[in-house]
Amino acid sequence: MEAFTTHRGILAPLDRANVDTDQIIPKQFLKSIARTGFGPSAFFDWRYVLNGDPNPEFELNAPRYADRSLLVTRNNFGCGSSREHAVWALAQDGYKVIIAPYRGEGDDYIPGFADIFKNNCSKNGVVTIELSEAEVETIFQAVYGEEGLEATVDLEKQQLTLHGETEITFDFDYDPSVKNKLLKGLDDIEESLLYLEDIEKFEQTHATWIHQ
Amino acid sequence: MAKTLFDKIWDRHVVRELPDGTSLLYIDRHLVHEVTSPQAFEGLRLTGRKVRHPELTFSTMDHNVPTDDTRLTITDPVSKAQVEALESNCKENGIHLYGIGDDHQGIVHVIGPEMGITVPGLTLVCGDSHTSTHGAFGTLAFGIGTSEVEHVLATQTLRQKKPKTFKVEFTGKLQPHVTSKDMVLKLIGIIGTAGATGSVFEFCGEAVESLTMEARMTICNMAIEGGAKAGLIAPDQTTIDYVLAKDRPFVPKGEALEKAIEEWKKLPSDPDAKFDRTLVIDASKIAPQVSWGTSPGMVIDVDAPVPGLDEVPGYSASDVQKALDYMGLKAGQSLTDCKLDTVFIGSCTNSRIEDLRRAAKVLEGKKKADHIKLLVVPGSQQVRKQAMEEGLDKIFIAAGAEWRWAGCSMCLAMNPDKLAPQERCASTSNRNFEGRQGAGGRTHLVSPEMAAATAVAGHFVDIRNWNGGN
Repeated sequence: MEAFTTHRGILAPLDRANVDTDQIIPKQFLKSIARTGFGPSAFFDWRYVLNGDPNPEFELNAPRYADRSLLVTRNNFGCGSSREHAVWALAQDGYKVIIAPYRGEGDDYIPGFADIFKNNCSKNGVVTIELSEAEVETIFQAVYGEEGLEATVDLEKQQLTLHGETEITFDFDYDPSVKNKLLKGLDDIEESLLYLEDIEKFEQTHATWIHQ
Repeated sequence: MAKTLFDKIWDRHVVRELPDGTSLLYIDRHLVHEVTSPQAFEGLRLTGRKVRHPELTFSTMDHNVPTDDTRLTITDPVSKAQVEALESNCKENGIHLYGIGDDHQGIVHVIGPEMGITVPGLTLVCGDSHTSTHGAFGTLAFGIGTSEVEHVLATQTLRQKKPKTFKVEFTGKLQPHVTSKDMVLKLIGIIGTAGATGSVFEFCGEAVESLTMEARMTICNMAIEGGAKAGLIAPDQTTIDYVLAKDRPFVPKGEALEKAIEEWKKLPSDPDAKFDRTLVIDASKIAPQVSWGTSPGMVIDVDAPVPGLDEVPGYSASDVQKALDYMGLKAGQSLTDCKLDTVFIGSCTNSRIEDLRRAAKVLEGKKKADHIKLLVVPGSQQVRKQAMEEGLDKIFIAAGAEWRWAGCSMCLAMNPDKLAPQERCASTSNRNFEGRQGAGGRTHLVSPEMAAATAVAGHFVDIRNWNGGN
């Protein structure tokens, strides 16, 4: 996996909550046995009209976002199907960072991202940043207010900076294990195989309750 | 210290704690299907790694397969290539495959329990979010992405952060014709589609204990639609009876079985075990549920009006408006007035023998409404066979249904079964996302009984007081 340290790019908005992975990459593209070629199909049903032309009403199709590489959206992004194709599609469509808000606390807590999707992002070098709803609203307004607005993500410092007329910096939390992996571009399998002896030892006494 | 069912399973599978704060978790069973595995096998090839435990890995074809008479010959070249890739990957790695034409082929989450691959107390994963289904056996089962599929193939482990526990107690008894599908839809309506993110449910209480294994699988199947990592139900006599009911080839035998049962009986949560979160739902008050929107959390009692823009907790007014527009509905209208085009009975949520029996009971001696296309797709070839032995196929066919072979079919419309734009469908599946059953298609999630009644009436009815169309 390619390491992620810092990234600066143009922000684009997707003002919807609960965007599911069926929307990010519809089923007809899941038939591929390759790991590449998904980029142009990201958000397919929203992005194109029936004859295959870009849908002018889909906000990410606006020319001002043509060169975007950061996405700001609403909560529970990536819910539904576990398809990693959704992350491949976004990454191959040029997105390196996705920003979404968490909401509430305790029992009312709603995260920015669905579990499996977030995990899949971490395997593909895509950074998922969760901020408060108020912070994300600020970002949406800044994006709408200034064409070509750029932002920088510094993963080491856990900071997101908007380079608007006045710079605004947001601090974000990041799971330390995922952060370290992203910063170094580590391969999970290689890391886990360092513990092969532990796995072998475990297997000697562990019952898997299967008839062979 | 008192432990929950989840804690007991988790602790039994930790190979070691890792310095980064995750646990290296041993995986007892790995289920593989054609859609999410080819890139994982390719990854192994590129790195020269081998499948560590092919004998713990099981494979079937379900998402792509046609379910009509053309089932043995896939004409779509891309689907065909994917199915062939799975065949050669399984052959190359010595993995059990229940392929097209096999007597035991079926939806991965139906055949696991059927073949005795799923038993209590395991960790079980699959590159499919509805893996949570197997939690009905008191097994920690969850969906993973393709990178993790590769990780499990190579190491038989996963690196995992310990999730939280969320107990949902269903008290009381269900009303007649109200099912476990209605229980889980009600729950998701309450907590929303992200309400349980980062948690593992344990479903318990009188209404859960009295459910059959098939009905328990329906609840756990949709745990993911509430955002949960997994759903669990404590194994009890019902579970053990199911495991032993038939000759399930991978269930331990003889002394090994006795030992296993002894261990399974220790799995239920200790009486004073603490959960991170608890919710109590009175099952006797649950009405048949129908989803009205484009997210499983957008669900109402069948006799309730479609909600207004500010009446859906967890969804903004603009999201509700988008859902209403997509579904062609108006706030305040009654769903029972809604005319349907298609009824789909099937999917890993509701395609087991009991689901088919319940639907058949409603359809017996009746005919579907003329304008309805009714599709009945059993979850596995074994379910199909059993249904035919019980004569259920005759009831479905007499009612005007298409009686199909096993597969995922119109749940996600990756095979030729799909809705046309704006077609409205009552579906026993699990997701009503935009375009899920075909671009522009409109999905309403319901139980098998509700789906069957809808097929006869041609519109939604309250199954509790429906007179059978007479």
